Amino acid sequence: MRRIISVLLENEPGALSRVVGLFSQRNYNIETLTVAPTEDETLSRLTVTTTGPDRVIEQITKQLNKLVEVVKLVDLTEGPHIERELMLIKLKATGSQRAEIKRTVDIFRGQIVDVTSSVYTVQLAGPSDKLDGFVQAIGASGVLEVVRSGISGIARGEKVLSL
Amino acid sequence: MELLSGADMLIRSLQDQGIEYIYGYPGGAALHIYDALFRQDEVKHILVRHEQAAVHMADGYARATGMPGTVLVTSGPGATNTITGIATAFMDSIPMVVLCGQVASTLIGEDAFQETDMMGVSRPVVKHNLSVRHPSEIPEIIRKAYYIASTGRPGPVVVDIPKDMTAPNERFEYAYPKKVKLRSYNPAIRGHAGQIKKAVDMMLAARRPVIYAGGGVILGKASGQLTELVRKLGYPITNTLMGIGCYPASDKQHLGWLGMHGTYEANMAMHHSDLILAVGARFDDRVTNATEKFCPGARIIHIDIDPASISKTIDADVPIVGPVDAVLKEMLALVKESKEKPDAEAIASWWKQIDEWRAFHGMRYETSPDVIKPQEVVEMLHRLTNGDAFVTSDVGQHQMFAAQYYKFDKPNRWINSGGLGTMGFGLPAAMGIKLTHPDDEVLCITGEGSIQMNIQELSTCNQYKLPVKIINLNNQALGMVKQWQDMNYESRHSHSYMESLPDFIKLAEAYGHVGIRIDKKEDLEPKLKEALAMKDRLVFVDIQVDRFEHVYPMQVARGCMKDMWLSKTERV
Repeated sequence: MRRIISVLLENEPGALSRVVGLFSQRNYNIETLTVAPTEDETLSRLTVTTTGPDRVIEQITKQLNKLVEVVKLVDLTEGPHIERELMLIKLKATGSQRAEIKRTVDIFRGQIVDVTSSVYTVQLAGPSDKLDGFVQAIGASGVLEVVRSGISGIARGEKVLSL
Repeated sequence: MELLSGADMLIRSLQDQGIEYIYGYPGGAALHIYDALFRQDEVKHILVRHEQAAVHMADGYARATGMPGTVLVTSGPGATNTITGIATAFMDSIPMVVLCGQVASTLIGEDAFQETDMMGVSRPVVKHNLSVRHPSEIPEIIRKAYYIASTGRPGPVVVDIPKDMTAPNERFEYAYPKKVKLRSYNPAIRGHAGQIKKAVDMMLAARRPVIYAGGGVILGKASGQLTELVRKLGYPITNTLMGIGCYPASDKQHLGWLGMHGTYEANMAMHHSDLILAVGARFDDRVTNATEKFCPGARIIHIDIDPASISKTIDADVPIVGPVDAVLKEMLALVKESKEKPDAEAIASWWKQIDEWRAFHGMRYETSPDVIKPQEVVEMLHRLTNGDAFVTSDVGQHQMFAAQYYKFDKPNRWINSGGLGTMGFGLPAAMGIKLTHPDDEVLCITGEGSIQMNIQELSTCNQYKLPVKIINLNNQALGMVKQWQDMNYESRHSHSYMESLPDFIKLAEAYGHVGIRIDKKEDLEPKLKEALAMKDRLVFVDIQVDRFEHVYPMQVARGCMKDMWLSKTERV
């Protein structure tokens, strides 16, 4: 099962490489990884999605917790949570395709953020499967370039991951 | 407040940390530090002949004393040469601080002379590493390094020090921090009371219990508590290779050590037990054999300071995260006050069974009228040193024989690279111990393969007058490799044969030491006595032992705990 592990990390050089190194060193899988400083500039928030049997996931959280620079972490998939991914996608848009793409973008509640005579650049946010759905709806032949941010997540309700 | 340069602050920090010895090797990026070292005499520096040996020396010292060892090397090759030593310490959770020079911060990333990304290279084999970014940070970083290295589950910490951080012309206010606090690092200080209670109830209800103790008991200085608890309960105890000495081997409740080359009775008791109390052990593959067949009838209580060690390879029924000494102390108090007592009848019949297993094999080996058996050398050394020596070893058959036949009654006396299995560990580790234990007997039981991996340290021994005794069990082959080739590769001895061994006696003499060769059985005792009598000389004792001996018992690969070879022909 896919897990989303959210980590508060000391915002220091080398901290990220320790996390990434741990995954390769212990043969764990990283599907997506996002990281950026938080409102407290001494901390970074890192979200990693991974898959594996329960025993491996338990080891991943324990091993992450052992890293001296990891302050706190939570497995978001253990409770109700919100997950979002941002995609920027460049699409071939000429002739009748232009209207068709515009309609599809509206259905998926995306935005066209850049336009040339032959290309639309679309911004779309949502759960990963929604992004997959959009790419599928457009069809591979229309896609010029895709950039996805990887998943960010946060727990629902009053639960907070902070110091 | 005092104004000091970065280099002087570093040395002052070591003084204030109470560091007496550091082991190292100078070089360009570390020269400011070496100059600061020269201008004081509180911290003594031991110059090795290869940086790997410096780390093993620090490691030997740490294992014998429980105090963190300290290493100082330069950048690039100086730093990379420490990696095997650091990895050795990491696998066995040994507290250590390794100070590495680095090229000046302005040159980092430019492939400068003797530049290596030591932070990156060391990352997978350290508990933590720290880089100095401003000279004024040095006291705090040193304090943090020792704090992290020696608390929780101990381990090596690397400090990377760019040359400009130690420049003599820039001075800063010096104060050594009394305390250090890291918001992201809080090792457990006691176990969960409810879990401990539950564990004690299970222990008192057990009918076929075994206590399985590991190196964590020694690292956690909990031998006393463990011994008291085990005696109070009257249960059998076995320990891992790393746990040797955590409970007196001569005691009748001790079953010897367990696992791949453990005793028959220890492995049988584990397999047939209904309850295992694992204390500071990590269910390593050299202990469990095939995990899916591991001890089918046993429920498991697992005490460890490191939560990641619990349920990593074998699921624990009752996990207890905490320092072993504190947890065992609480357990002992509960056992004492509990109305429940162990089931005397069940425990007596369990002991009866164990004694039968004991009688069945009893660590026997075949002796010969003329060939010297490695086992008998170790037994004789045990007798001649009253079982009270510090014994270091390298890796291979000699290591197993030393661990099997030297019966340790005290912790911190058996010093070996259990986790990483580093050949070349034994001699420098023995040197690190001898330096701080000049009145104790320090033996390095080794083989002709391993000893050559750090043989250059005979020179260091001469410089600092370190009269360790090197016991070279010379079978003219990489014995353990050869044993596996005998057992699994139809005796195709691919590269396990040492075809051009040096004359170890001349070699020892060339380095200013005494060499003694023993190749006749009748010479064994008198010549060993002669070697041990030379208190102030390093003696290299080269003993020609049986070239065809195997280590037994040996667990059958991919079997369960009780599947063992007991000799070349007997399999159970």
